[in-house]
Amino acid sequence: MKKIIFVFMLALFPMSGMASGGAGVHLDYMKTDHNEESLQRGAKYFANYCMGCHSLKYMRYERIADDLSIPHELMQEHLNFSGRKIGSLMTIAAPEEAQKRWFGAVPPDLSLITRARGGADWLYTYMRTFYKDENRPYGVNNKVFPDVGMPHVMLELQGVQECEKHKDENGHVTVGECDITEPGLMSKKEYDQAVFDLVNFLAYAAEPYKADSHRIGVKVLLYVLLFLFCAILLNREYWKEIH
Amino acid sequence: MKPLIALRDWVDARLPIMRAWDTHMGKYYAPKNFNFWYFFGVLSLLVLVNQLLTGVWLTMMYNPSAEGAFASVEYIMRDVEYGWLLRLMHSTGASAFFAVVYLHMFRGLMYGSYKKPRELVWIFGMLIYLALMAEGFMGYVLPWGQMSYWGAQVIVSLFGAIPVIGDSLVEWVRGDYLISGITLNRFFALHVVAIPIILLALVVLHLLALHEVGSNNPDGIEIKKNKDANGIPLDGVPFHPYYTVHDLVGIGVFLLVFCFIIFFVPEMGGYFLEYANFEEANALKTPAHIAPVWYYTPYYAMLRATTFSLVFPAKFWGFVIMAAAIAIFFVLPWLDRSPVKSWRYKGWMTKVAIYTFAFTFIFLGYLGAKPADLVVLGIEGKKWAQWFTFVYFAFFILMPFYSKWDKTKPVPERVTS
Repeated sequence: MKKIIFVFMLALFPMSGMASGGAGVHLDYMKTDHNEESLQRGAKYFANYCMGCHSLKYMRYERIADDLSIPHELMQEHLNFSGRKIGSLMTIAAPEEAQKRWFGAVPPDLSLITRARGGADWLYTYMRTFYKDENRPYGVNNKVFPDVGMPHVMLELQGVQECEKHKDENGHVTVGECDITEPGLMSKKEYDQAVFDLVNFLAYAAEPYKADSHRIGVKVLLYVLLFLFCAILLNREYWKEIH
Repeated sequence: MKPLIALRDWVDARLPIMRAWDTHMGKYYAPKNFNFWYFFGVLSLLVLVNQLLTGVWLTMMYNPSAEGAFASVEYIMRDVEYGWLLRLMHSTGASAFFAVVYLHMFRGLMYGSYKKPRELVWIFGMLIYLALMAEGFMGYVLPWGQMSYWGAQVIVSLFGAIPVIGDSLVEWVRGDYLISGITLNRFFALHVVAIPIILLALVVLHLLALHEVGSNNPDGIEIKKNKDANGIPLDGVPFHPYYTVHDLVGIGVFLLVFCFIIFFVPEMGGYFLEYANFEEANALKTPAHIAPVWYYTPYYAMLRATTFSLVFPAKFWGFVIMAAAIAIFFVLPWLDRSPVKSWRYKGWMTKVAIYTFAFTFIFLGYLGAKPADLVVLGIEGKKWAQWFTFVYFAFFILMPFYSKWDKTKPVPERVTS
């Protein structure tokens, strides 16, 4: 038995050690949850601050309404600005050519952004680390995504953030500690919560079936356990007579 | 009941179903001392059935075009009822298939199941492994994510290293000047029609060849040598019902692990489903770190570790070494010169060799999954990969010597329990 465990541990060896966040910046940990209120607030932030430029093209308004207990009329009135039917996919009208001109690149679809970034941490950190940089077209830069083309859309909520800059002997600049210099509409704590809600929502939108999966998974595992128990008894019964 | 028996007899008079049942189940005598390692054959079969069934349903909803493939996978994950389950069963099944096949092969290595008279069983098994690698590779291209695309780009371009015909061969395989919807279409056809047929045929041959000579066992003793007055092996039990009920236990344990992964950690930390593959394929944007799925990484490490160019470019030799690493498995039955089968009765040299080989394979897999600039214990990953590629081949090339010199222990007449 020991040998077997040893071999299994060997087999799992390459599983340890995860992909890093890129750019070498420390990412703040965030644990997603299926809290409906948080997800509803996140949906609101997404519709108001993101959806002008970013689509959620594999998701449907109706799915979100049903999953997050938002009445269809409210969904249509407050979160669907496209005027299309509730069963529609959440695409956007902004023409890609124009977007390319405005931002230098087409803003990506966000349906799978948390999965593509290996979890919620990257986005949670990204949305909180915009800082003032007069050299950039929109006056802001970002710690985890240097020279990003996107403006800080939630600037009015967070306020203006400025960061220390360190220059090493090769003239290479690293961004250090940051602080709010002009307060926004929210306190630091409130803003962190707002970003949490938004990222939580996008993590849900990347895997809307996840709650189902966990619910069904528990039942399936219990069923397999029962099956295994019966199989062990049956096996013992048959093999009794073999020496 | 009576009409059913009449029907059975009617068919049996025309097609020998009773004889087939007896040959392969009811009167197929398997050694009674199978241990844990003997579950992985039936588990491979279980996963094969899982892949075929979920695959058929996925095919109903999947769209094999460059424009629609990625979106259709998300459509399956979100809009198709239980589509996410079908898809995750299939994607987890792919990794599970390789996991059980690797353990199945390792079993053969430990107990000498490839040795006479089971050479053909081993060769059919290796052909299955080869077909499985092709099946897995083409299947991975279908979701049309960034890793699908660039993985295909790296692997297909390997053929370009072949002198003279390389470039035209690559173009012929892709059907285009770059990986495109044309390539996706043909990989789809091969993945869902051609290779599954080959796989099924090979599985049948693997089992027919096995049942002709009978199963080996952890002692490596031929149970057919000791028979009772009726010609039944003294150490054998009928496969059905003894091993069918026995295998149900193994299947139960396997399903616990398998279902846990499907429902709770289907990405397996980026090793079963790579994060970069959640971004749609983009021919203009190369990902920073291209790595194949975990089950190919030992060979990928060898490919990357090959840096010498002798007349032909290093890429060609990398391709040759990778191909040789798989091909050398085929001649294993003739490399082992030991008079005994199981490592239980072989000496320390074989044991050291097998443990070293297992470690080498896993370590190469680890190196292949990591970025090329990895440093382990202060030594760069490429150096490690080169040394261990050497160890990998040494295991096979030196086998005729150490298996012959190794002191063997006397093999008992009857199986031990």
